[in-house]
Formats: sequence, C-alpha cells, structure tokens
Amino acid sequence: MTISTSTSTSTSTNTSTSTSTQTSTGTDTAVNAAPTVAAVGAVEAVAAVEPVGAGDGSRVRRRRRRGLAPGRPWPASRLAGPLLLIALWAAASAAGRLDTGAIPAPWTVLKTGVHLWTDGTLTTDVLTSLERAGYGFAIGLVAGVTLALASGLTRTGEALIDGTVQLNRAIPTLGLIPLFILWLGIGETFKIAIIAIVVYIPIYLNTHAALSGIDHRFVELAEVQGLSKARFIRQIVIPGALPGFFVGLRLGVTGSWLGLVVLEQINATSGLGYMMFQAQNYGQSDVILVGLLIYGVFGLISDSAVRLIERRVLSWRRTLSS
Amino acid sequence: MAPHTEQLTRPAAVRLRGLTRSFDGRSVLDGVDLDIPAGQFVALLGHSGSGKSTLLRAVAGLDHEVTGGGELTAPERVSVVFQDSRLLPWRRVLDNVLLGLDGRDADRKGREALAEVGLKGRERAWPNELSGGEAQRAALARSLVREPELLLADEPFGALDALTRIKMHALLRVLWEAHRPSVLLVTHDVDEAIVLADRVLVLDHGRIGLDLTVERPHPRSYRDPLLGEYRERLLAALGVTSDVA
Repeated sequence: MTISTSTSTSTSTNTSTSTSTQTSTGTDTAVNAAPTVAAVGAVEAVAAVEPVGAGDGSRVRRRRRRGLAPGRPWPASRLAGPLLLIALWAAASAAGRLDTGAIPAPWTVLKTGVHLWTDGTLTTDVLTSLERAGYGFAIGLVAGVTLALASGLTRTGEALIDGTVQLNRAIPTLGLIPLFILWLGIGETFKIAIIAIVVYIPIYLNTHAALSGIDHRFVELAEVQGLSKARFIRQIVIPGALPGFFVGLRLGVTGSWLGLVVLEQINATSGLGYMMFQAQNYGQSDVILVGLLIYGVFGLISDSAVRLIERRVLSWRRTLSS
Repeated sequence: MAPHTEQLTRPAAVRLRGLTRSFDGRSVLDGVDLDIPAGQFVALLGHSGSGKSTLLRAVAGLDHEVTGGGELTAPERVSVVFQDSRLLPWRRVLDNVLLGLDGRDADRKGREALAEVGLKGRERAWPNELSGGEAQRAALARSLVREPELLLADEPFGALDALTRIKMHALLRVLWEAHRPSVLLVTHDVDEAIVLADRVLVLDHGRIGLDLTVERPHPRSYRDPLLGEYRERLLAALGVTSDVA
C-alpha cells in the first residue's frame, strides 16, 4: 500500500518519530520498523473511513492550505530585476523613445566602457576607487567591532563609548568633509577617514545592540555550566551577536560605496567619481552611466559576498529565506 | 525497600537552615529548614508564586541580587535543568552537551550521555531540528555529563505535551537509578511528584508545609490506587479540595 496524499505522509512521519522516542536507550532501527509500519496502516485505515465518495481505493483529497512563507527561491533570482530593467532600457533605445543625449543606448554605454578600458583610464580609476573603499571599509570594520565589543562587554566601555558614538551618529558624516580636509589635507587620508566613519557607525550600532541583547536565560545557563568569563564571551556572547553584526556589515558595505561616490565627486583627481564629474563637464552621459554601472556592480558583488558569508556562518538559523 | 531508612546515615547533600528571601519587601521564603540526604529524589510542590523557583535558584546559586539570609550548604557539582531546554541554537547538539566541559574524553562522555537519553545519532543536529521532547533530552544529557551530585530541575517537563511528559518521567527515573544524584524537582504537578519522587515537599507561605515520604515501589503507575492517598494529602496541603482524587 502506498501513501498517496501529503496529509497521510506527514502523519506517518509523526508516528515514526514518537515510536523512536519511545525506545529510550540505543535500540536497533529494525525494532522500530515494525510498529511504524503498523501505525502507518492504522492511519490509512482511519483515512479511508472518511466520507469522500465511497469508491474502490478512492484517495482522500484535502484542499491544501495556502502557504504563508514566500515559497521556494528561484535560482539566481536576484539578477531577474536588474536584467528586466536593462531589457526595458534596450527596448526603449532601439525604438528611439529615449533622448540619446540624456540616456544613451546600452550598447553605446558598453562601447564607451570598452573604449575607456582599452585606453587604460578606466582601470586606473577603478583601482583607485577600490583602494579607497577597501581601506576605509577595513578600518571602519575593525573600529566598529572593537568599539562594540568594548562597549557591549564592559560597563566602563559603555559609559565612555556608547554616548560618544551616538553623538557621532547624530552628525551627518558628509558634513565633516570640510573639517577633515583642513585637518588631513585634500589627499587620500581624509577620504579614507570619511569612508571609515560611514562604515563603522552601522557596524557598531548593530553589533552593540546584539551584544547587549543577549538572552538573559543564556547568561544563567553559562553560570550553571560554570563557564569562565572568557568562555562565556567566546561561546555565547559573540555567536549570539553575529546576526546583528551581519546586519551592520551589510549596511557598512553599502555605506562605503555611498561615501565613495560623494567624496570622489567633491575633491578628487582620480577615481570613478572624478571620471563621472569630468564627463558631466563635457556632457558625456555615456561615461557617467559607465561609472554608475560599475558602482552598481561593485555594490551588488560586495553585498552578495557578505550574504554568502552570512549564510555560511549562520547556517543554524532557519528563516523565511531558507 | 524504603529509601529513607538507608539514607538516614548518609551525609546531607543539601542543608538549609532558616533560609529567607524577599523581593521588594515581600517575603517569599520565610525561614526554610531542609535536609536532602545524598542520593534522595525529592519533589517540591507549591502554587505558582509560592517560592519554589526561588528556593531552587538559591540552592543553584543563581540568585545574585536578592535580599535574604540563612544558612545554605550545597554540593560542589550541581546541574540545573530548566523548563526550556535552553540549548544554544548556534551549537550542534553534542557541542551543547559539552558546554563548559573540559578534559580529553569529554567528547566520549558527551556521546555516551546522548546515547543514554536516546539521542544517539543526533550529535550533529542543530537544536532547532529537535522536537520539544528531544531538546529536553539533550538538556538532561547536558546536566548528566557533568556527573552532578545534585540535580536541580525547575519544572523540566512543564512545556512538554502529556505523552512526551510520561516518557520523560520514566527516563528521568532510569537516569536517576543509574547515576544516583540527589534530585530536587520543582513542579506544580502533584501526579508527577508522587510518581517520580521518594519524598514530596509542599511549600506553603514560604515554609515547608508538608514533608511526605512516598513508600511505593518503582516503576510506579499513575493508576496505582495506593498513590491516591498521597495525592489527596498533597492536594489538601495545597488547599485544593477535590472529590476526583
């Protein structure tokens, strides 16, 4: 007899689970098999009694409830939206519905990109931008995590750090640019410093909130199990705070690109933003679009990288997205 | 065999003298005197808010910022089982069992403890893959692997369904017979207390109101008519008058 409907399958699974839990100490699975089969038979017998059109071997059909979870994810689904957008853009350009001076066709942008790449200017600009974003992000990451740990794990740290960071957060970071230029000069240092500040704030805020929000029941458990302070931090506090840290990390990554765009358009002699700023002066909208696309691709790649790491590290979590 | 006779000569595992605890000026424990001999299985009954958990937390050393006094002696190795399994969701089942455990053969001990509670083969599972009963078994394994002299259990089966609870009762008793720790089981379930424990205490107005030794052989059945007598006495001590029992 085969189990036909999903309802009876799930019931039989339950039955087998309870049968196996009944045998408390290391029993052979073969012993469990017999009662499980019997139980499945019993379930089917009950199901067959239900008045669903008396007939020979009629299956029990039950309307399945509509699931509330979003369902199975599509493969590479995150690319679907951007691809659709590009397709619309291409279609509109081909139909001649777009002003080529304002929005050039995708192929024009691509051609310009290849041209800029082959003559070497794009490579230099991209590398300069990546370096700025990379340094700023790294410094911001280290600072955010260190400050969050110091402030989340000690009362002294909390008293000294948390209020200061909250104050820092209230000041728009881009508003610090004039002051930083005066202090650090108009070179690379001030740009990296600004990016670091944009990055460290969300990382600090989310990590700190996660650290101080550790479930009190786990603190109690650590006391009962006789954990040392160091082990408590390593085995309970830090793993417990990781989900919050990753939220901050993703915001930080996005923030580093955001800071970069602004900085490179205000005070720069190289970089993607500079390239776009120059193009604006000469009315080259295709070059501007090349820059924007590269920013977008970098943003998407870095965000996906963080998501991937997050999924690996937090594999124990079962959420709507899984 | 009546367990209390042999245990009279053994040293007390837990000794409380005039234990008081109060919260915001409201007295919860009002001078509790209690001796639990080594290896005795004791159940502590009481209404919610009667101070059962406060007593257990005091013995466990978990009450940090409370007002109160009295004399308290408890063994070195104490394990606690909570109402929730309290497994760390980011550690696999075996790693949860080994939390805070050192030594070269810790891993082997952990596996043995899991096998003992019927979770052999689930060592690598994540806690959120376990059923409520399985999670509580893992919590029992975590408390046993430390070879406690005293096992404190705060309504450990309170969140389980009735069928699972019955199985867990049998398991707890088997584990107790194999390891013989002293047990202080806090519960509000009169049947659970008389089926499991050799001695049942009723906490009433911050003191031990009734101290009853249950002299029936194990394994005990819920249908044992002789247990009805104990049930009635305990319910009376709890202020519940019932004809059902």
